[in-house]
Amino acid sequence: MTKVASALSASQAGLLVCPCCGLVCRPAVRIGAWACPRCGTALASRKTDSLSRTWAFLIAAMLLYIPANLLPVMETASLFGAEEDTILSGVVYFWTSGSQGLATLIFVVSILVPLLKMGTLLVLAVSVHLRSSHSVHQRALLFRIVEAVGRWSMLDIFVVALMVGLVQFRTLAVIHAGPGAAAFGSVVVLTMLAARSFDPRLIWDCIKDDHD
Amino acid sequence: MSLMTDNLIACAECDALHVWRPIAAGERARCVRCGNVLYRRPRMTSDQMLALVVGALLTFLLANAYPIVDLEVQGIRNSATLLGSIVALWTEERWLIAILVFATTILFPLIDLLSMLALFLTVARPGRPMIGFTTLYRFVWVLRPWGMIEVFMLGTLVALVKLSHLAHVVPGVALWAFGALTVLMAVVVSFDLRWLWVEPGRSA
Ligand SMILES: [Zn+2]
Ligand SMILES: [Zn+2]
Repeated sequence: MTKVASALSASQAGLLVCPCCGLVCRPAVRIGAWACPRCGTALASRKTDSLSRTWAFLIAAMLLYIPANLLPVMETASLFGAEEDTILSGVVYFWTSGSQGLATLIFVVSILVPLLKMGTLLVLAVSVHLRSSHSVHQRALLFRIVEAVGRWSMLDIFVVALMVGLVQFRTLAVIHAGPGAAAFGSVVVLTMLAARSFDPRLIWDCIKDDHD
Repeated sequence: MSLMTDNLIACAECDALHVWRPIAAGERARCVRCGNVLYRRPRMTSDQMLALVVGALLTFLLANAYPIVDLEVQGIRNSATLLGSIVALWTEERWLIAILVFATTILFPLIDLLSMLALFLTVARPGRPMIGFTTLYRFVWVLRPWGMIEVFMLGTLVALVKLSHLAHVVPGVALWAFGALTVLMAVVVSFDLRWLWVEPGRSA
């Protein structure tokens, strides 16, 4: 397998790493901005404006999280009257109709994951600001989990989309997407953008002097 | 001083430098500091991947050409395709959601698969580098995180359970096609693309 070349990081060795193709380059002559000689992607030691971009996306996501949960994501019009479903009432519906497993699944991906994701990114961004060198391994692991599970929050959007496409019985029942769906979809996209803007190498940069 | 340091690998998560070592097919090299995967040597050859991508593209066509499910309420039947659902969202002016669903379930996965097709076709004919190879490669790298076929598949199952309380639900051809596509996409995505640069030049 792989052996350690040195205790060095690429940036300490004065090397630039291509985020796209993985090529490690030694900057020789600077002509304008650095670009990867193999694939042409712009090179920087760390993601550009990582923290400020993370903050921007994160704050936007947190603001939209409120209408995403208060506004209905789905509106049902049937012979028996009109009904509006928020994310939470969708969970309650599954729970009371006997599908506790599904209720749990939707609760986790639609409510728990976005909350934990925003909370985790908040903690990570603050800890990097403070240049904390505490529990680096745990924070790196947290980031990896957050980045991997975030996409599953789109689940409810797809459920609504299919219900709208399927339940179009003009006289009996029609389902529409509610205004909350757009807000919720935006929250998911914004938290994904926030996670992608965050550079996990910043977590490790804070411990470059001491050993762990 | 050379511009490329070909034998070095840096961890994408903690930036620790490692020396590149050959590994066996299916094996993965991990970072000694944080445990993140540095690189994976694909189990499949480029030819096998080419076949797999073609299969995935055909499955993708099936999944979008046929209805996902038929719904029956008091003798009235209604069926929905993925594209039909997106059009329904669009016509009721839920543009943002319509675009979001279209991009993550149709557009991005399709571009991803077509780009992979072109990439593996190029690799299969060594000595004839295709113009635009790097562009396609970067395209895949940027778009891949936004393709969400597997999440959509789970969403479909949830919607079916929800509807089965209200009406008679008959799974359509596209439901099975989406199931197969989920598996195929998982295999396609697991191919470490960086190996495309390694394969021709370096003997492992
Ligand atoms: Zn590159
Ligand atoms: Zn590492």
